[in-house]
Amino acid sequence: MKPPPFGYHAPGTLDEALGVLAAVPGGKVLAGGQSLVPLLNMRLAAPSDLVDINRVGELDTLRVTAGGVRAGALARHARVERSAAAAAVQPLLGRALRHVAHPAIRNRGTVVGSLAHADPAAELPAVLAVLRGTVEAASARGRRTIAAAEFFRGPLEPALEPGELAVSAFFPAAPPRTGTAFAETARRHGDYALSGVAAVVTLDEDLRVAAARTGHLGIAPVPVVFDLTGAAGPGGDWAAAAAHVRERIDPESDIHAGAGYRRHLTGVLTERALNAAASEALRKAGE
Amino acid sequence: MEESFEVALTVNGTHRTARVPARRLLSDLLRHDLGLTGTHVGCEHGVCGCCTVLLDGEPVRSCLMFAVTAAGHEVTTVEGLAAEDGTPSPVQRAFRECHGLQCGFCTPGFLCTVTALLRETPNPTEEQVLEGISGNLCRCTGYQNIVKSVHRAAVLLAEAAGEGES
Repeated sequence: MKPPPFGYHAPGTLDEALGVLAAVPGGKVLAGGQSLVPLLNMRLAAPSDLVDINRVGELDTLRVTAGGVRAGALARHARVERSAAAAAVQPLLGRALRHVAHPAIRNRGTVVGSLAHADPAAELPAVLAVLRGTVEAASARGRRTIAAAEFFRGPLEPALEPGELAVSAFFPAAPPRTGTAFAETARRHGDYALSGVAAVVTLDEDLRVAAARTGHLGIAPVPVVFDLTGAAGPGGDWAAAAAHVRERIDPESDIHAGAGYRRHLTGVLTERALNAAASEALRKAGE
Repeated sequence: MEESFEVALTVNGTHRTARVPARRLLSDLLRHDLGLTGTHVGCEHGVCGCCTVLLDGEPVRSCLMFAVTAAGHEVTTVEGLAAEDGTPSPVQRAFRECHGLQCGFCTPGFLCTVTALLRETPNPTEEQVLEGISGNLCRCTGYQNIVKSVHRAAVLLAEAAGEGES
């Protein structure tokens, strides 16, 4: 089908974009459009106005520092996925991006757009959540930083106010002796996952588990984060950690998978991802 | 009356303009406004890959992009893959040789996708080929001959590059 009519705005600068968003509070931001345009084509959404930020060059940024990776609102998935600098500082980002749809979609879709879309079955919200990253929002009134834990309010419901634009997202760097892994199962390649998990494991100097966390997608209305440091113990009992997760989630049944299967699958993926993250942490500790 | 916008872009090396409403999809601009019906439209929500074109050299879904957003950019469609005298490109030749198509509906999308894939990865592994074409659906071939075509195209491209050097 074809999209419904909308008022179209194509600002050239961030100030202009914020001005337009202030003037049309019902306006929806169009960045990569890989989630928004399907919704428009299927007429599941009919915003009065679209604010196309693709000409706002100052948002097309990817800044990598020792502290982490900051993706501007126009940084496409493909650019972040291919960035060796970003992978060196925070490898989890690229590992998760390879599971986002297909290459042609990743050429247009943006990292910040995926976060602002806040689909609980998408990979990047779970990554931002497990890394305790942040989203920076700007409006004509000013700027604010929103922690991942507060950013995802519900399915497709980010903590952005009318008139606000998510201008960048920050993914903190991995601390020393830290390993990460991403695992998901989808019915077909590139589909939304039935369940997925991003795992982060940090060891101390004596190679005991100092911190273990997982971020989950596809099992609740928002990304779910577990601190499994206690459940895994200092020796890293990943089967116990996975059991801890399995007993505390309440996934739903849908046309693709039943709740029981999702629960089981989440346990399997959790153990697998934690094992892989711990192996990497051990390798890094030995370097 | 819906507002319309002047869109100017380069399609297959030629400067083209059209006056269209903001909601005109790039796929529809190509087919209906510019008469380039080689780009096929299947699902119109980004799943099937039939409408894949190259935007500044990178494969994108033309059904998930508005024509107004594409203004100022360079678009290559299946019509722009062959040489100026109509000689099929190495990728097109490989698909013909290996029987990489049957009904042909998905073929324009595959040709654009594979053209970009081999530009970036001239000698792909089996896994890279499968990953590279994973976003394009074909309901006829069972993919086996499409995968063969991609490997064959890599050989033809390498040969063409070799001839260019000597």
